[in-house]
Amino acid sequence: MNAISFIPLLLALTLSPLLLGVINRTKAFFAGRHGQPLLQTYFDLWKLLQKGAVYSRTTTWLFRAGPMIGLAAALTATLLMPLGKCPASLAFPADFLLFAGLLGLMRFFTVVAALDTGSSFEGMGASREVFFSALTEPALFVALATLVRETGQLSLSTMFGQVSNAHWLHSGPALGLVVLALMIVLLAENSRIPVDDPNTHLELTMIHEVMVLDHGGPDLAFIFYSAALKLWLLSALVVGIVLPGTGDPRLNLLLAVGAVFGVAVIVGVIESVMARLRLMIVPQLLVGAGALAATAFLLALKLN
Amino acid sequence: MLFALAFLALGAVVTLLINHHDPIVSWLGAGSVVVAAVLGSIPAVQVMAGSSLVERFRMPWPIPMGEFFIEIDPLTAWFLLPTLLLSALSAIYGVGYLRRWQGRRGLGPVWSFYCLLVLSMTLVLLARNGMLFLFAWEVMAVASFFLVTFEHESESVREAGWIYLVATHLGTAFLLAFFLLLARDTGSMDFTVWAAKGVQAQRLASILFLLAVIGFGTKAGFMPLHVWLPEAHPAAPSHVSALMSGVMIKTGIYGLLRTFTFLGAPPLWWGWGLIAIGLTSGVLGVLFALAQHDLKRLLAYHSVENIGIITLGLGAGLLGVSTGSPVLIVLGFGGGLLHVVNHALFKGLLFLGAGAVLHGAGTREIDHLGGLLKRMPWTAATFLIGAVAISGLPPLNGFVSEFLIFLGAFKGGISAGGAIAVPLFALIAGLALIGGLAAACFTKAFGIVFLGEPRSEHASHAHEADWTMRLPMLILAVGCILIGLFAPVVVGSLKTVLENITKLQPATVSGNLAATTSPLSFIVLGAALFLTLLAVLILLRRHLLARRRVEADITWGCGYAQPTARMQYTASSFAQPLTDLFGPLLGTKKKISPPHGLFPEEAALKTTTPDISHEQMYRPVFERINEWLSRLHWVQHGKVQLYVLYIAVTLIVLLVWKLR
Repeated sequence: MNAISFIPLLLALTLSPLLLGVINRTKAFFAGRHGQPLLQTYFDLWKLLQKGAVYSRTTTWLFRAGPMIGLAAALTATLLMPLGKCPASLAFPADFLLFAGLLGLMRFFTVVAALDTGSSFEGMGASREVFFSALTEPALFVALATLVRETGQLSLSTMFGQVSNAHWLHSGPALGLVVLALMIVLLAENSRIPVDDPNTHLELTMIHEVMVLDHGGPDLAFIFYSAALKLWLLSALVVGIVLPGTGDPRLNLLLAVGAVFGVAVIVGVIESVMARLRLMIVPQLLVGAGALAATAFLLALKLN
Repeated sequence: MLFALAFLALGAVVTLLINHHDPIVSWLGAGSVVVAAVLGSIPAVQVMAGSSLVERFRMPWPIPMGEFFIEIDPLTAWFLLPTLLLSALSAIYGVGYLRRWQGRRGLGPVWSFYCLLVLSMTLVLLARNGMLFLFAWEVMAVASFFLVTFEHESESVREAGWIYLVATHLGTAFLLAFFLLLARDTGSMDFTVWAAKGVQAQRLASILFLLAVIGFGTKAGFMPLHVWLPEAHPAAPSHVSALMSGVMIKTGIYGLLRTFTFLGAPPLWWGWGLIAIGLTSGVLGVLFALAQHDLKRLLAYHSVENIGIITLGLGAGLLGVSTGSPVLIVLGFGGGLLHVVNHALFKGLLFLGAGAVLHGAGTREIDHLGGLLKRMPWTAATFLIGAVAISGLPPLNGFVSEFLIFLGAFKGGISAGGAIAVPLFALIAGLALIGGLAAACFTKAFGIVFLGEPRSEHASHAHEADWTMRLPMLILAVGCILIGLFAPVVVGSLKTVLENITKLQPATVSGNLAATTSPLSFIVLGAALFLTLLAVLILLRRHLLARRRVEADITWGCGYAQPTARMQYTASSFAQPLTDLFGPLLGTKKKISPPHGLFPEEAALKTTTPDISHEQMYRPVFERINEWLSRLHWVQHGKVQLYVLYIAVTLIVLLVWKLR
């Protein structure tokens, strides 16, 4: 662990709320609007941190603990995610298992905090959240298994360090399928269109937004910030595979940051050009992601 | 160790003799189990620590081919420790749990059978002679049968008892064949001889392997041999369910592991077979659990799932043995073994928690509960820890054992050929799916039971359990946390066990374990960071909210201000998307009476998910058998003297046949 390995951490902590701004501006561009300020999420976070709180009488300590556990898990996960060729603060064999576990922990407590309100809306959101995440989990793990097989490395940092132009030339199809699968995982895990619509105003159709309906004040700020971090982390996961390195570490880092924002633009484009899928269709998409990852694994098996 | 066994036997006899309505029986029974557990763990810990002083005791036994031969080696010790711990804790819990029946019924028999069950489980693990093993195995089955049928007034409990009795004896039949074949091949009933000689003939070894998988798998609860679990666990008193699910079914896993030491080099398909069994049990187990409405039945199906995870570990280990890959051997068997202990801790904890809910709220029906966190804070907090642990989430113990199995699969699959990489890939995908579904299932179980508003009168008047019931749950919860935070130490202690069962060089084992403990120490570091960050956030939030307005109001309902508890999401609605998606596998039956007219008055929805293998495989077969056997009814007439005559005639016929 050296000073450089803290760069991905610092960048994630400071820049992740900007991703949401980029997505929103992209959508505004497609809609021909001017759109909200790029820094809107920072303003929102600041405003929420200044507020008091209102709690439902039904809730218990668990409802208050949920956002804090979620944020603590997201922050710990941030330590594990490298940015392009720049290694993470913590890198060890199979660190992606801890990464996935921490995201799971975050989800677990978001869901139980939602159930703590006794609201049917939040129960509905919680139910859909666990439904979709149970299907994305295999896709994520199989995609990771393919990467392990392709690169012969067990840690995210060394894995991303290994990926080169030669890899893409040699087994481009497998890597391409992995990226596609991970992109679907990213959209589903971050509650974006086509799985969930962050802008909907109808409780019945929300997934992630409805689970945090009763949170307010600093708690909601924690939730927003963890969501921004999660978006950054999964984007970094995709970027790490896509980005071949150059000789210059500084240029690498710059490219990686640019690519993460590129992912945000792509997410914005997807949200602008398509509607969300019907809830019944979403599982097909997610199982499809798993199937893509499985195909990638088989390709990786054959090409080696 | 012998003292421990003697104490258990003494407890069994004394409680039966007293059979008083007094609490003294409970204390005597529990006391003898606790003393025995303390006495028994001392040699087990010594053996685990690598003491050369292996305890061994032989005594001639008049039964043909039998010998009273017991020994503690590291494998036995590894299973013995959780068995004794959970037995003692469940016994303490039982004192409080059985108080309800005080004065209404003598508690002598139930404590006597409890002591007997602990005694027989211990003996199963210690036995080094085939006859002694089978004898203990049979006592274990019978003692647990009587415990399951404790509330025999109820029809459903009696039926559960019969299903259990039939299933366990069918399993034993396969084991009998297994032991006899082994004995014929080696000319001995001695485990040490079996382990030393090994089975040479490949075909015989494969037959023995299949017999062992069916025989031991029935006890462990492999799909589709698991039918007795979801019947027997809910029927038994909760501390007994904890013991049966936490450790008794693990004797099946122990048996399988012991078998592997007899059978020599495994062909590749054994590993594949175990991984396939593990995947079916794991995925179907958790899916059926999702569809259940009864808390204890749900937990019982989760035992099937966890046995599946353990079997995945063993399967990966066997693949490693077949291909000579030490990484797979160490991490596969190591992960499976650690999951045995972890499952004993969190499943024991969860069953005890379910018992406390049943005790406090009077129902196991998840959809009738709710809001118990406010009424039963201790039970809720410990149940939550168990729920996070069983979902395999960091920083608790469930994550550690699943991490080992995953790590083994990833490491083993990096460069292996297709014959190894494909099953390992299936293992990774399956284990990930199981993890996601388990989290779904336990957010449901915990969320609906303990959170929100009470859904029935019973739940709103629930009360917390007394200290005899809280203390064991607390200890188990602390155990789950400690194994999570001291993972490298715990995994390091697997060394002696792995050397014991794998015949690898000690240096290979410790080398591979060291390669595992270093990522584990990073994980512990991550867990410590997580907890520190959590503490910082708690302080930050307190500081932020210190001088601001914090109000209480009703839950947001789109402006509707009079919500009732009946409007909440229920367990069935929570699980509905998943159970619908996997509907073809589950066969859930729905009975809908939809609302009619402009002013609908009544509407109802009823779903049941009967066990598919019970309904479609066993029921038709057993009904046919029943038909056939009913023709023999005239033989059975209840006249004891004629039964004695049957025995005498049989003996004479056998004698004549022998002398012929």
